[in-house]
Amino acid sequence: MSALLDIRDLDLQLQARQPLRLLRRVSLQVAPGQIVGLVGESGAGKTMVSRVVLGIAPANTCVTHGSIVFDGRDITHLTEQQRRHLLGREIAFIPQNPMTALNPVERIESQITDVLRMHLNLDRTGARDKAVTLLREVHLRQPERILRQYPHELSGGMRQRVLIATAFSCKPKLVIADEPTTALDVTVQKQILQLIRELQRNSGTSILFITHDLGVVAKLCDHVVVMHGGRVLESAPALKLFASPGHDYTRALLAATPRFDRPGDELRPIPAVLTQRLADEARALDARDM
Amino acid sequence: MKAIASLRNPRVLFGVLVVLALVVAAAAAPWLSPNDPLEQDLMNSFQSPGAGGGGQAHPLGTDSLGRDILSRLIYGARPALIVAFVAAVFAGLLGTALGLAAGYFGGRLDAAVSRLVDIWMSFPSVLLCIVLAAVLGAGLHTVVIAIIVIDWTRFCRVVRAETMLQKSHDYVASAVTIGLGPGRILASEILPNVAPLLLTLFTLEMGIAIVVEAILSFVGLSVSSGMPTWGGIIQEGRLYVNQAWWLMAAPMACIIVAVLGLNALGDGLREVIDPVKAR
Repeated sequence: MSALLDIRDLDLQLQARQPLRLLRRVSLQVAPGQIVGLVGESGAGKTMVSRVVLGIAPANTCVTHGSIVFDGRDITHLTEQQRRHLLGREIAFIPQNPMTALNPVERIESQITDVLRMHLNLDRTGARDKAVTLLREVHLRQPERILRQYPHELSGGMRQRVLIATAFSCKPKLVIADEPTTALDVTVQKQILQLIRELQRNSGTSILFITHDLGVVAKLCDHVVVMHGGRVLESAPALKLFASPGHDYTRALLAATPRFDRPGDELRPIPAVLTQRLADEARALDARDM
Repeated sequence: MKAIASLRNPRVLFGVLVVLALVVAAAAAPWLSPNDPLEQDLMNSFQSPGAGGGGQAHPLGTDSLGRDILSRLIYGARPALIVAFVAAVFAGLLGTALGLAAGYFGGRLDAAVSRLVDIWMSFPSVLLCIVLAAVLGAGLHTVVIAIIVIDWTRFCRVVRAETMLQKSHDYVASAVTIGLGPGRILASEILPNVAPLLLTLFTLEMGIAIVVEAILSFVGLSVSSGMPTWGGIIQEGRLYVNQAWWLMAAPMACIIVAVLGLNALGDGLREVIDPVKAR
């Protein structure tokens, strides 16, 4: 089965006097209907991968190597026009912080219907009806009332539901979720994860789920990609990864996760020897490629 | 309903009353003013405020030619209001368009616009006015054009900075990821967020325009000398300030109250309109 999203040997560089390599030959595949977890600590390059795929990487960065193929089509270097056609309709995005991702001076209605009217060519009433249905699907009560409200009148969890409804509204083939639960408290996190899984099952959409929470990955994902220092260290089916991690870093990462079922355990940080080794390897890679 | 509720804000109330007074004075000047503002009565010149004489009441006294000050002030609201409104609208349109584009697209466009604003602002504005007046001839249109030409930079700078700030917010990135183009994002995402600021700037600019109009008519670059303007009345009163202080004091008070009212309105509306602050 060919992958829906196929990233091969992707290099991203920060263009400065001293060019900085942000991604080092990153490869990852997302199959149709699959949820792929992209994990790693802060600065591992998880978010950069998502931004390059979406075409919203910072302006002073540049893809210097590799390709991104989506649905059989190379999307590494698209014109703005072509990308606009793709975003929202075929690739959708769930942002990290629901508190800032909605326009504060616009009612919820226009924020949802914008994407509907743009990609599905619905008229005002059609888009409104559809928005009500969408809000019902993400289990928001009184959708008509929510449509008339402003973002600050909703809680974080409700806002994230609105954003999820927007992301799934055009039945995209791929949804990229960048730590969608990080800014929420734990009980709401669980509900949001359930919601994402439910929507994924109903629509068959593929999801690239970016997180640093291994617990979330274990619950949600079919396949896991572990990143560190801008490169992929391990890529394996979730069951296999948790049962027998293939890379020392993955093992250290799993050991560093606090477990409620083993309260006596000491917390084990990632060993400094390991991070040093990873940094050396990265330097060796840079010497080879640049 | 919301409009009425916003009047509970004391600044908005004060501003609305001032603007209302200005508009009424300008629109109904012929009916409101007790005398013809141009009618001279040399027998009754320099009458002090409140003193009735010559069979006619002059609540604010008369000037060197015996013209009624109150009537002249009421008629003077016309050029003040017209200039303030028209100049602020066009300066706002020009500055906002350039500021939005510069702030959103950045890069060379931003550099070009910003340098232009820098150079523009370093040019002495009074000189610019006089050059314009020399080219276009004195008159109300000259005053309006002069204010637009000078003050668009004020809008441009502030709108540019605010646009850059808004652009860095996640909701703009979200708009990009649902496939909206830059035109749509500027018009329907960023502009509404800049609007409260624009409103404040606009009323502030109206206040500034009233002052500039007064200055230009003070130096004789506005409407012809017969027509009453606040700056013109101050200029005429300047010669007789030792005998008749009210000739300068009355129009000055008008200008001060008008500018205060407009500034208060801008500040108050900003508080009231912002949906986040209005919680």
